[in-house]
Amino acid sequence: MSVQDKKVTSDSEDVDMTKDETVNTAEQIKENVKEAEEEDDEEEEEEDQIDREKIKILPQATSEDGTCASFQILEEDHTLGNPLRYIIMKNPQVEFAGYSIPHPSENLLNLRIQTYGEITAVEALQKGLDDLMALCDVVEQKFTDEIKQL
Amino acid sequence: MSNIVNIEYNRVTNTTSTDFPGFSKDGDNAWDVQKFRDNFDINISSINERDANFDLVHIYTSLANAFRRIMMSEVPSVAAEYVYFMNNTSVIQDEVLAHRIGLVPLKIDPDMLTWVDKTLSEEEKFTDENTVVLSLNVKCTRNPDAPKDCTDPRILYKNAHVYARDLKFEPQGKQKETFADRPVVPCDPEILLAKLRPGQEISLRVHCILGVGGDHAKFSPVSTASYRLLPQINIIQPITGDSAKRFQSCFPKGVIDINGEGEAVVADARKDTVSREVLRHEEFEGKVQLGRVRDHFIFNVESTGAMTPEEIFFKSVRILKNKAEYLKNCPIGQS
Repeated sequence: MSVQDKKVTSDSEDVDMTKDETVNTAEQIKENVKEAEEEDDEEEEEEDQIDREKIKILPQATSEDGTCASFQILEEDHTLGNPLRYIIMKNPQVEFAGYSIPHPSENLLNLRIQTYGEITAVEALQKGLDDLMALCDVVEQKFTDEIKQL
Repeated sequence: MSNIVNIEYNRVTNTTSTDFPGFSKDGDNAWDVQKFRDNFDINISSINERDANFDLVHIYTSLANAFRRIMMSEVPSVAAEYVYFMNNTSVIQDEVLAHRIGLVPLKIDPDMLTWVDKTLSEEEKFTDENTVVLSLNVKCTRNPDAPKDCTDPRILYKNAHVYARDLKFEPQGKQKETFADRPVVPCDPEILLAKLRPGQEISLRVHCILGVGGDHAKFSPVSTASYRLLPQINIIQPITGDSAKRFQSCFPKGVIDINGEGEAVVADARKDTVSREVLRHEEFEGKVQLGRVRDHFIFNVESTGAMTPEEIFFKSVRILKNKAEYLKNCPIGQS
């Protein structure tokens, strides 16, 4: 078991080294450190290029049926938080959506979603992200058309 | 609820948007891409290589603000990051000169370079794919042909002033071909870097890499990226005669016109700076209502010169989309 664990860790380190250059160094180092720390909790299945630390659910603030949940997102700020909050609020099945940056020197974002019970908070979040992407596509397309007309 | 932010003598009201489902009986306000596509509008007022002025109409503040934030701090661009001094006998210190060189905007398409992996050792870090090398070699000498009574150092000496244009591009490896049709030059050649006197010299090499404005302002592709809301002036009661003239002088030129009957009419509210001067005068009390349209954003984007403003805006939209896409593909962990 422990041999396998070690293999998983070293493999994922390799992945990190060859990772897309856009990922910044601090992130990689942090990940490596965390992986080393949480060696025991490590999932056995190896997933390539997946950022497992990016978003996690906060269990203390999550209801059992999953209709209310708080998420913690690393390395994001108002740039993503505010549009995401807005677009999730526009979902009629969502009762409440809000975000906060608990401390300015910690680069993380807390997002709270409560639904009326028809969908889970995770589903509301996924829909929000989809809607946000669709919105960006519309903006890009309209701007392209406008530039072409000049 | 109206989408006008009211501007009163000493307060601003109706500032929060309430376009959410369940807020009002009329309209469900739920997100609908088709509805957004039909309503959303872009008007470009002016655009050139360096700056652009365009309106985003019927978009939400959080989105407009996200684009602005991304343009300033997350669109990558190239700037000098490492300066290696061979010699510097000028009066300007190494670190100060290095900082000044860093702030010079360079005409490099950021897509031509890849990101530097900072975990690698100093020898492996820089390649012809991720680094542009510039060099600066200047030596100040006396000008023997200068007239006797001359006091201007630019005539008295050669190379008394060192400008951004003195930074010379040194193509590395395959950059000879890839940068052949657009050699690297500073966007503004006239930026003064240092002043020298005879006998002083500067000799250095610069490594320029990709970065984002959030890390250092020198990597920001825009000088300014800002928006303001479209002003609105509502004349509730007619203002005529001399009063109309006084009313007109409360606003910047071109905002208020006086028509044939001597009545003040709004000609172009867009030109208004919303100084609220008009609200200070008792004679106009109750006759005019100032406001701003909450979902009409007038963007002003000034590029530093490396990219065109429309390219910077496009990139900001794509970066926001990538953020959402990246987050969507991340598994949600349990803590």
